[in-house]
Parts: sequence; C-alpha cells; structure tokens
Amino acid sequence: MMIPRGQTIRAIVSFALLAFSAAPATGARAPALADAAGNYRIASSSVIHFSIAQVGGGGGIAGNFAKFSGGFRLDRDNIGRSSVEFTLYPESVRSSERRIENFLRSSAVFDTANYKTVTFRSTSVTQTGPDTATVEGTLTARGKARKERFAVTLTDWNRRSISFTIRGSIRRSPYGIDVGTPIYSNVVEFDMNIRGLRR
Amino acid sequence: MLRNSDSGFGSATIVLHWTIAVLILGLTLLGFIMRRTEIDPALQFSLYQWHKSFGFTALGLAILRTAWWFIERSPAPVAGLGPLEHIAARMAHSVLILLALVVPLAGWAVVSASTLNIPSFYFNAIVIPHLPLAQSETSEAFWTFAHALLAYLTLGLVVLHAAAALYHHSIRRDEVLVRMLRPSFGLRRSRTLDAHENDDTAVERK
Ligand code: HEM
Ligand code: HEM
Repeated sequence: MMIPRGQTIRAIVSFALLAFSAAPATGARAPALADAAGNYRIASSSVIHFSIAQVGGGGGIAGNFAKFSGGFRLDRDNIGRSSVEFTLYPESVRSSERRIENFLRSSAVFDTANYKTVTFRSTSVTQTGPDTATVEGTLTARGKARKERFAVTLTDWNRRSISFTIRGSIRRSPYGIDVGTPIYSNVVEFDMNIRGLRR
Repeated sequence: MLRNSDSGFGSATIVLHWTIAVLILGLTLLGFIMRRTEIDPALQFSLYQWHKSFGFTALGLAILRTAWWFIERSPAPVAGLGPLEHIAARMAHSVLILLALVVPLAGWAVVSASTLNIPSFYFNAIVIPHLPLAQSETSEAFWTFAHALLAYLTLGLVVLHAAAALYHHSIRRDEVLVRMLRPSFGLRRSRTLDAHENDDTAVERK
C-alpha cells in the first residue's frame, strides 16, 4: 500500500508544485493549479488502507475498504477554497481474515447494521508546501461527528486524473470505538491513495 | 502453620487449594459464557482478555502448588478412611494437580497458535509472549478443542472431588473437609487427636 520512494516518485514530486502552486506556470511541461483545477470523481482504483498497532509490536490489525465514493474540487484561483467530500461503506471492510472483518462490522466497531456509512466533508484546505496540503473537515462515524485533519501529498498528475497520498491519525475512542484498547492502539493510521478522475 | 503436619494441612496448602479452586471454577464459568452465549462482541473481547489474565494467574499458582506438593509431606489419611478410599483420593488429587497445569497451558497454546495473533497483555500491565507454536487454523482448532475438553473434564472431576468432600463431611462426619478449611496448628492438632481418641460421640451419632 505504501508508495515506494523511487525515482519515478521523485520525478513526480518535481511536478508537484505544479498542481498546487499558485504561481503561473513557467514552462510548457509544468502543470499549474489553473490546469489542475476542476472537479474530480474519486476512482474506485483508489486504496483506503488503515492499520492499528498492537502492544509489544508485531502485526496489529490492518485492512482496507473496498467500497467508497466521493469527489473533490480544486479551486482555480485559491487552493484554500478547494473542497472534498468522501463516503465509505464499512460493510466492505477487508482484512486478513473473516473473523476480523465480522468483528469490525459488529456493534463493537462500525456497527454496520445501524450505521451504513462513514463520511468526511472538508471545511478547510491549507497548502503546506509545493506538493503538500492539510485538509480539515468533519468525520462522521457511528453517528458522531468530529473535526479531523489529513495530510495530503500530490503524487501524480495528468490531464485526466490526479493522485494523492492522504495520511491521517484518527483517535477512535471519541467515536465510541474503544474496544480492544490498550492491546490495540487507540490511534488508527489511515494511509490512502486517492485517484481523482476529471468529471 | 505454613507447613503441613502429620495430621493436617498448613495454611500454604489451604490458601493455594482454595485460591486455585475459585480460579478454576470461575474460569470455567467465564470460559463458557464468553464462548457459548450470545453476548455483545465488545464485552466478549474484554471477557476473553480477563479470562487470559486470570488463566495465567491460575497457571502461576498451579506451578507453585505442584512444587509445594512435591516438596511438602502429605498428612496421614483421616482416621476411618479405608485403604482403597485413600488410593482413590490420592489418584484424584494427582490428576487434579496435573489438570490444573495442563488446562491453562492448553489455553495458552490456543492463544499462541491462533491466526488472530492477539497479544496476551496480563492485566494490561505486561505482555506475556506466545508459546513457540506455528500459527495456523488447524493448530488453533486442535488446541481450542483440547483446552475445552480438558477444562470440562476438570470440571467433572472437581464435581466428584467436591461431592466426596461433602459426603465425608455430612454423612461420614469425619475430618476430611474441615482439615482443608482450618490450618493445623500444633495446639489444634492435639485437640483433634483428642477428639479422635474420644470416639464415643461418633459412635453415638451412628
Ligand atoms: C485453569 C485455567 C483455565 C480454565 C479452567 C479455562 C477454562 C475455559 C473454558 C471452560 C473455556 C470454554 C471452552 C468452550 O466452551 O469451548 C475456555 C476457553 C478459552 N480459554 Fe480458557 N481456561 C483456563 C485458562 C486459560 C488460559 C491461561 C488461556 C490463555 C492464555 C485461556 C484461553 C482461552 C481461550 C482463548 C478460550 C476460547 C477459545 C475459543 O474461543 O476458540 N484459558 N477456557
Ligand atoms: C470447589 C470445591 C472443592 C472442594 C469442596 C474441595 C475439597 C477438598 C478437600 C476437603 C480436600 C482435603 C482432602 C484430604 O483431607 O485429604 C481437598 C484436597 C485437594 N483438592 Fe480440593 N476441593 C475443591 C476443589 C478443588 C479443585 C478445583 C482442585 C483443582 C485443582 C482441587 C485439588 C485438590 C488437591 C490436589 C487436593 C490434595 C491436597 C493435598 O493432598 O495436598 N480441589 N479438596
């Protein structure tokens, strides 16, 4: 799930600014925000990966969500006015084995019988570097809405699509999901590869 | 006192016996509830962890108990016990000593062989490592079965053992149960002996 830090990535990162920089493009090859601006639909090829550390080290719990939907808008003039909305269906959780998946669906964790979705709606976007930004917004899970923050890094860009890695550390107890602590960490690490397809 | 005497158990034996007895009966009930009844999955997870922590406690005490059993002399059988009864009791006690070790070891094997690889965090204080067993579905299933079978076998034997103790106390009216309740002090020992010498009362009751 991790993006390998290889040459390709370095090459892409050098583009990076490109999409996010408010400065006008100088070269023909440099995509500017103006070029990247637009509306995107989140592609199903995106990967929503999560992991939870366990006491004493070792595997912990990891998995991903197969079903989700959403989109984002990159503002032409001001990256800060961009927005994202995202919905995932915890019923589609995948992990190393069925018992874990069923436990995650149960009333102990996502309680999918009563709460079909987990949603995120951005409230602010702040650029933090040439190819990085912070997105703040409201995460709603099990009927509880809280402000959370994710770190976004641009990884790839072309005329039709744009890709980011998005990382966030979410404390689960405020959502009423403290089961298994302290054996399993209260912090869920999200590591996502989001690909947007231009609408 | 602490040590057993010829005629009775010392407080070390008595405290170990009853602590282990309470733990084993409690763990059996807990094991049954957490595994065989419809309960909230979050509660179930916690109960499993409590079961493991108390189970390890039972294992630690059972190891002490076994060592003590080998080091310490056993009191002479209660007066009026036939040789066959004595052998049967002795055998039952040996098997109980063994099961008190094997049952929690099998439980530890379940946790170690499980593909879930859930750490044992003893009372949320110390991580107890897994036994060096390969983790696989078949191995986990085997140890789960062995642990359950041995645990319920132990329960069966304990029921017989307790019934025998109650039989001795209520029907035979001998010292068997009482001497596992009251430590034998030097003083009390002579009194107990007196009571035995003065058999008239016992005869009267019969
Ligand atoms: C003397 C101590 C113990 C007793 C009497 C005991 C008893 C039991 C009983 C009666 C069950 C339910 C079996 C069933 O109905 O299938 C059970 C399950 C279990 N015990 Fe123990 N146990 C003891 C120690 C331990 C220890 C030390 C551990 C682990 C460290 C352990 C781990 C487990 C696990 C994981 C299960 C559930 C197995 C499963 O769901 O597949 N037990 N135990
Ligand atoms: C819960 C009900 C129980 C009762 C009423 C009970 C009662 C007794 C009594 C009265 C004795 C003394 C026998 C004698 O005077 O020689 C005894 C001994 C013994 N009991 Fe239990 N017991 C119970 C549970 C257990 C359990 C759960 C174990 C499990 C491991 C156990 C293991 C033993 C052993 C090994 C001895 C022999 C002690 C020795 O000779 O050092 N008992 N029990």
